[in-house]
Amino acid sequence: MIVVINGEETELADGLFIKELVEKLGLTPARLAVEVNRKIIRKAEWDSTSLSDGDKVEIVHFVGGGLI
Amino acid sequence: MKKETDSLVIAGRTFGSRLILGTGKYETFELMKQALEASGTDMVTVAVRRVNLNDRSKESLLDHIDPKKYQLLPNTAGCYSAEEAVRTAMLAREVLDTPWVKLEVIGDERTLFPDNEGLLAATRELVREGFIVLPYLNDDLIVARRLIDAGASAVMPLAAPIGSGLGIQNFTNLQIMRELISEVPLIVDAGVGTASDATLAMELGVDGILMNTGVAGARDPVAMAEAMNFAVRAGRLAFLAGRIPKKLYATASSPDLGLIE
Repeated sequence: MIVVINGEETELADGLFIKELVEKLGLTPARLAVEVNRKIIRKAEWDSTSLSDGDKVEIVHFVGGGLI
Repeated sequence: MKKETDSLVIAGRTFGSRLILGTGKYETFELMKQALEASGTDMVTVAVRRVNLNDRSKESLLDHIDPKKYQLLPNTAGCYSAEEAVRTAMLAREVLDTPWVKLEVIGDERTLFPDNEGLLAATRELVREGFIVLPYLNDDLIVARRLIDAGASAVMPLAAPIGSGLGIQNFTNLQIMRELISEVPLIVDAGVGTASDATLAMELGVDGILMNTGVAGARDPVAMAEAMNFAVRAGRLAFLAGRIPKKLYATASSPDLGLIE
């Protein structure tokens, strides 16, 4: 299936769970937030929420910032 | 200055320092860390952005900021609509588990001036969602009042455009805001270029100052952070001390009596 992650089309195994995606990408879960189709998926739901073809995923973290 | 007797209180939380620093634009995390330390601040702003999936080698900002030492204040910088700002605040809350947010809804790319309508709409919605909202606004008393009515926990007017370093451009507006706003802290946000700008704002009686570029963009950010630390405290002390009235003519400080003849 094709999922759009942070604006980039990515080929993934069907039915991949968010927890698996985060692991696959090598990210540190504690410092991330994940949105699927504009809905925040809480960390507790990462292992029970699977992705579907065409989903739009946003994975965000914190960077240095003050104003703009 | 006794911290116990003169601290900044926002939404029931007490801060020892009246200086809030941004964490953007530092060349290295180490430099940022030293600047935060030198500034004496206990609240720092951070921004929410997409993880770069092509370059995961970069260290995380949060590895370099001790959340026990600093209250993290996520911002909605770069948001041009209430909807985007609310979405960003929600994502920030998910990561940090904090209801604090520095709300920015920008209306124009060149000036980075706030969009009042979007700001009000986003404030209302975020307050409803349980956020502690600190909005960045123009130095406009009426907008400030509307934001306070909407439940803002502080109002943060700009002194000059973001990153401009111009210092306070409209003393009158700020002074009027200081006199007429007492419900929540009044914090100058944006435009401070050097230490004297910060002192002048504090002497006017504002409750705190938020800055980023003025420190991060200085040739020596750590030294400027320390200067700002002194400047904010000096301005606050002078405000509390109560300055003498201005007079056109001289008044001698030494006694007239006992002069030799």
